[in-house]
Amino acid sequence: MLDTFNETIFRLATLDRDVVSIAALSLRVSLAAVGVGLLLGVPLGALVAVARFPGRGAVVALLNAFMGLPPVVVGLFVYLLLSRSGPLGAAGLLFTPSAMIVAQTALATPLIAALTRQIVADAEANLGPQLRSLGLSAVRRSAVVIYDVRFSLVTVALAAFGRLVSEIGAVLVVGGNIDGYTRTMTTAISLETQKGDLSLALALGLVLIALVVAINAAALGLRGYAARAYGSA
Amino acid sequence: MAAITLDKVEVAFNGKTVLDRLTTELPPTGVTALIGPNGAGKSVTLRVIDGLVAPNSGSVRISGQRPPRRAFVFQRPVLVRASAAANVELALTPLRITRAERKARARAALDRLGLSARADHPATLLSGGEQQRLALARAWAIEPDLVLLDEPTANLDPAATELAEGLVDEISRRGAKVVLVSHNLGQVVRLADDVVVLSRGRAVEHGPTRAVLTSPRSAEAQAYIKGELPWTFFAAAS
Repeated sequence: MLDTFNETIFRLATLDRDVVSIAALSLRVSLAAVGVGLLLGVPLGALVAVARFPGRGAVVALLNAFMGLPPVVVGLFVYLLLSRSGPLGAAGLLFTPSAMIVAQTALATPLIAALTRQIVADAEANLGPQLRSLGLSAVRRSAVVIYDVRFSLVTVALAAFGRLVSEIGAVLVVGGNIDGYTRTMTTAISLETQKGDLSLALALGLVLIALVVAINAAALGLRGYAARAYGSA
Repeated sequence: MAAITLDKVEVAFNGKTVLDRLTTELPPTGVTALIGPNGAGKSVTLRVIDGLVAPNSGSVRISGQRPPRRAFVFQRPVLVRASAAANVELALTPLRITRAERKARARAALDRLGLSARADHPATLLSGGEQQRLALARAWAIEPDLVLLDEPTANLDPAATELAEGLVDEISRRGAKVVLVSHNLGQVVRLADDVVVLSRGRAVEHGPTRAVLTSPRSAEAQAYIKGELPWTFFAAAS
């Protein structure tokens, strides 16, 4: 056991190539998915928050339910979509980092949209009458509300990143855990533990925990900054 | 110049009638005060005039050659998490003026309300009184045709109240129509040319300020003014 710890420390201290490349891929995939998720989820959430249309209640309920989608099931659907006989099979994306980004985007988007909807709805209830009274266009009103809640949206992005970087189901199903190509921290930890290479698994686990702690610290720091700078987050 | 005609305006929230066939005509210039007890429908009337609340039935007409440029100052100032100057500039974006003009007008408005030193300060961190002055500065900067004020000085100290009242007077003299909701009858005397007394969603009395406050005809206006006058009216008159 002591040897495992020593090896783990050695791997971290020497910036072991495997640890660095696997962690880098995890970061690249999850950051890209958060980016695309923000581009899709923020306007979607904001639209559902401010627009009135038939079936809006159902959309809200669906978004909230989708926040808790099991990653492995999302992975399965994306697998079916991208598999050779699937509708997007011709793109040849299955078992590539791009497929992992697609799957994680599918996980992140409802989460970001649902949280954005709640945040924007609260802000709209407060700002809406004044902004409408000023005669601002609907597009500008939405932009102002999103600007007003910018700190909360960064927290949403951090929460989404935390969920993505630590999930295993979706990336495993669509990525295939290919060494040096689609192996992420979570899939590597699972595999290396089974193989008995505990030092690599532990080193990656520590990096993952450090990342999650750093994300939470960043979220906390941001809330503190927003409170100091604008009175509330 | 914006004469406002409310014709049998009815508003109900969750089955509860808030405005009950409210009918009144406000003159195109000057300051009209809406007074009446809590729950009489004063704030909702302002929102109906502004178009924020659509009546269930009845109509609201605002005269003028073009849709009036409106400014609404709410009871609690509504500000975006940005600098004081940015909040004023935002209100000027629909006016189709250059960015430089927007900045200049915002600075002038902040200066007018004694907020120059706070221009770059986050609006949401200003004191309650400063926030309300900022909301008034925003209204002033728009150069509106119609100004709707919902208890604009409720959170202000006497000096800031005097500043705000001077501003309302100035906006009115520039030709804008001002509709003011206030429980401060001294303020109503100082600012308003005419007064509408609301009670349970209806206009029970409308006339020149002094006439309505000194010799109200309706029982509802008498009851309301009796309750309010000893504290504020005579203090303002002395």
